[in-house]
Amino acid sequence: MSYSKMSLAKPVMRGLLGKRLRFHLPIAFALSLMAAAAFKFGVTEPRKRAYADFYKNYDATKEFNNMREAGIFESVRPTGK
Amino acid sequence: MYFRFITSLMLLLFAASAKRVEDFFLYIFFSFRMLATRALSLVSKRVISTSICVRGGHGVAKVDDYALPSYFDRRENPLPDVRFVTDLSPVQKSLKEKEKGSWATLSNDEKIALYRISFKKSFAEMNKGSNEWKSVVAGMLFFIGVTGLVVLWQRKFVYGPVPPTFETEWKEKELQRMLDMRINPVEGISAKWDYENKEWKK
Repeated sequence: MSYSKMSLAKPVMRGLLGKRLRFHLPIAFALSLMAAAAFKFGVTEPRKRAYADFYKNYDATKEFNNMREAGIFESVRPTGK
Repeated sequence: MYFRFITSLMLLLFAASAKRVEDFFLYIFFSFRMLATRALSLVSKRVISTSICVRGGHGVAKVDDYALPSYFDRRENPLPDVRFVTDLSPVQKSLKEKEKGSWATLSNDEKIALYRISFKKSFAEMNKGSNEWKSVVAGMLFFIGVTGLVVLWQRKFVYGPVPPTFETEWKEKELQRMLDMRINPVEGISAKWDYENKEWKK
């Protein structure tokens, strides 16, 4: 025994994947759920509300007549002609 | 023969799944290493360069250096196929002889010398980061700048005039027609226009 102890601690050899999963999976699930919730309440709900409000008092005939007067249709010309 | 074609095709497909470019070449490289060593497994590695394998009654071509396994420092391949130092000095040769005896008689410096014969960099050295990324980013930005200058020159000297549909009056008429047609009336452009007062909504 002519050498002195100059070694490092033995590194962790097992359970590396399990440790990584235990750490990262809850975070991944939490972030995904947060992203989904943010999209739902930031985008889809306002959009659904916008459509509901638009069609609540929508008069199709009035809109059609306005468009007709603007002259964009080819089948019906404005009432003046 | 078909077997060799199919295995090389499967290897290529597997290598195509590599995430890093270096890994792609590594997969190709390893497979050839395995095929070569399996073919010459009867001959020891040290003798590969000088042996003459007689196959089928013919002689064989001299094996060049680049065709032999090479040494490289990679975290994923901790024990490369060859030692780093191939031509040992007399001191190193005598050290190798001493290694054949009991290792307890080796001093720490001799152990380190033996390590350095077999390996070029230690794991700590090979895993160490460098400042290379700064040069890479600098080069990228430089060439993006050069590209910008090229684009400006092109705009002035190469491209012809833009179509009439880009003129302001034309665009105004386009927008008026879109509003008349009630394009995107729920959340889009027509929703932002106030039809009563004929102006944009506040």
